Amino acid sequence: MAITQTRPQERPELAPIRTIRDVPVEEFYTSGHRTCQGCHSALLMKYLAKAAGPRTVTIGATGCMYVANTSYYATPWVIPWMHTQLGATGSAVIGAAAGYAVQQRKGKLAEEPINVIGIAGDGGGADMGLSAISAALQHTQYNVLIILYDNESYANTDIQASGSTPWGAVTAFTPSGTVKRITQDRWKKNTPGMLVAGHPEARYIGSASAAFGVDVMNKIRTALRVGGPTYLHVHDACPKGWDFDPRYSRELGQLAVECGIVPLWEVIEGELQYNGITRQIVEGRRKRKPVREYLMRQGRFAHFTEEDVDYFQAKVDEMWEKWILPGVLPVQALPEGLPKPGRRAAGLADGAGAAANGAVAP
Amino acid sequence: MAMTEVSRRFAQHEELITGTEAVAQALRLADVDVMAGYPIRPYDSVMSSVAKMIANGQMDADFIVAESEHSQFEIVKHASATGARVFVGSSGVGWMYAMEAIVVTAALRLPVVALVGNRALDDPGAFGVEHNDALMVRDSGWLLYWVAEGQEALDATLLAYRVAEDARVSLPCALSMDGAFLTHSQHLVLVPEKDLVEAFLPPYDLKKRRFHPDNPISIAPQYNEDWVMETRKQSDAAMRRARGVIAEAYAELKRLTGRGDPDPFVETYRVEDADYVLIGMGTVAMPIKVAVDQLREEGKRVGFLRIKWFRPFPDEELRRLLHGRKGVGVVDRDYSYGSTRHGGAVYNEVRSALYDLEDRPPVIGFIAGLGGREVSVDDVFQIEAKLEQAAAGDLGAESAHWIGVRGPVE
Repeated sequence: MAITQTRPQERPELAPIRTIRDVPVEEFYTSGHRTCQGCHSALLMKYLAKAAGPRTVTIGATGCMYVANTSYYATPWVIPWMHTQLGATGSAVIGAAAGYAVQQRKGKLAEEPINVIGIAGDGGGADMGLSAISAALQHTQYNVLIILYDNESYANTDIQASGSTPWGAVTAFTPSGTVKRITQDRWKKNTPGMLVAGHPEARYIGSASAAFGVDVMNKIRTALRVGGPTYLHVHDACPKGWDFDPRYSRELGQLAVECGIVPLWEVIEGELQYNGITRQIVEGRRKRKPVREYLMRQGRFAHFTEEDVDYFQAKVDEMWEKWILPGVLPVQALPEGLPKPGRRAAGLADGAGAAANGAVAP
Repeated sequence: MAMTEVSRRFAQHEELITGTEAVAQALRLADVDVMAGYPIRPYDSVMSSVAKMIANGQMDADFIVAESEHSQFEIVKHASATGARVFVGSSGVGWMYAMEAIVVTAALRLPVVALVGNRALDDPGAFGVEHNDALMVRDSGWLLYWVAEGQEALDATLLAYRVAEDARVSLPCALSMDGAFLTHSQHLVLVPEKDLVEAFLPPYDLKKRRFHPDNPISIAPQYNEDWVMETRKQSDAAMRRARGVIAEAYAELKRLTGRGDPDPFVETYRVEDADYVLIGMGTVAMPIKVAVDQLREEGKRVGFLRIKWFRPFPDEELRRLLHGRKGVGVVDRDYSYGSTRHGGAVYNEVRSALYDLEDRPPVIGFIAGLGGREVSVDDVFQIEAKLEQAAAGDLGAESAHWIGVRGPVE
């Protein structure tokens, strides 16, 4: 039986943005929020609303972008927004997309593509809601985009460590003490890489940074255009959680990419592309900056010793020098003698090869 | 019961089906749009039934296999917000796992209909019925109905959609069904044709609350102390209005199907002249009714009252039907450790409802049939005997009596 899938549709309103001049003037995320000065997650909300346009609904899980964004009588959302529970972003978008799909099929709603976008923080998405996001990426009959705004802590509840907090960072739950200097002893979870590895039917999964607005907006448009369940992970500078002057948000977001800590990439229908600075690094056209330049400008790493910086650098080096897919997949070596992908089907029994080569038989 | 003129206009056919299959038939007739399933016994046979009906083209709906109960309830909550008619369900600890999504569904005033196949909470493991799972939401704004047999399962499902979706109510509704005793036992059920259901159940219309690009609203923002209390009071007002809407809908369903009890909220059995009245919810009705008949043959004036709607609670009916009796015995298939008189949840609600009566009867609590243990006719004889003794002051009335517990358990 064929796997039920939506197919990419003609969506002229989601055309690629080549220069900043192509960006629509209209705002669908405006005043009314009370996010911190320099908040790059709020900037991401503005980008996603702009890129997706008015035929969009947004569903936001509990987190900064819920609590600071939607004070009653002062919503910044011009397009519809609905709250969902902390771990429910994946389920919420599937429910809404199913609701529209069935009602359109039964003639209860006019047929049109509606962009259903779920918004989770790293606590809601990479920790609690991971299982629901994974499940959503399997429901290929629905068009949804899940955006994870990764500001690297539970920033709404006063900065506690999440699975997405960098190693060593000071948070309310992982202080630096006189006996234990480092209590955040978990290396940051590679959420987009994990989702790519586990969801071969998802046609778009990407990694971005809010410091690169055009790249983010293009990724949002590509995901919506490609269709099916899609995912975009966005690294957002957080002055409150990282402890730096709000004026440096963009600079720090960019430094994270320049130091190779945050890679920019996307997998579109199975094809990996590196973007921007990351692409230059991968292609050897640019040298990574030392991680020290990024770490030492943030209060959360102020307790680091030389050893700690070296350890952090070594882990990042490993990601670039040893991972088979730098910044994407932490497999460090392939078994010897493994044939190239195109030849592997030859090992299958007669008749099985065609299906394994990608053709889906009805 | 003789069919009325109206009901004869609509064809109904008889089928031998289980309690959950009866619910599934109602879901097909109600043309439900989105359902989400996750396996846990015993509610889940309803999902197997609808999945099969969809696969066979008897029903047009999206059935989403969720990866947890929490996701199940979040999926239908958001589908409901888009204007889709939805169905969901769970049992025991599965219902507990979904609890966060369950309470926000009520707070959002979304008319989700859920089946709770009542099951004992872990630990230790037990598939059998206890009512504690569904009762967990008694304070949250869910309408709660306890079904006793197959026909009622089908009828109550249709009733649930009509009441829940009524703009005067707009609250979710949980149908509780005793695990195994009803979910998996077969009954002869009259299944109505679609035209009857269309006459009974108007299309679901969220109007200005629909989550859609044409209606740019923000749903469930941060209120805090500014408005939360007013929102809670609105839910309270909706639950108060539900009584009238239930009565109206029940009368209409009776008119169309030609069946039903005289009262929408409670079923009464030989209560009229009874000195002693036993009260219960769900399938415990059967052994109690059999015991009542036998006790009547012995000359004892005993009756039975079954609570159908636990939320809204039938205060008025209980006061009207129970004042002046010699004794009222409440059989709880649940527990509430440390509660008033160590009684079950139903006992304490009933006793509280009767407090204002001048001629209030003594109310005695009984805990029976936990973890799926059968409540036998002999158990009911024991309950009735203890009720008489306790009402006469010969047996402690200060503490609920556990029925059928083996050995010294202290």
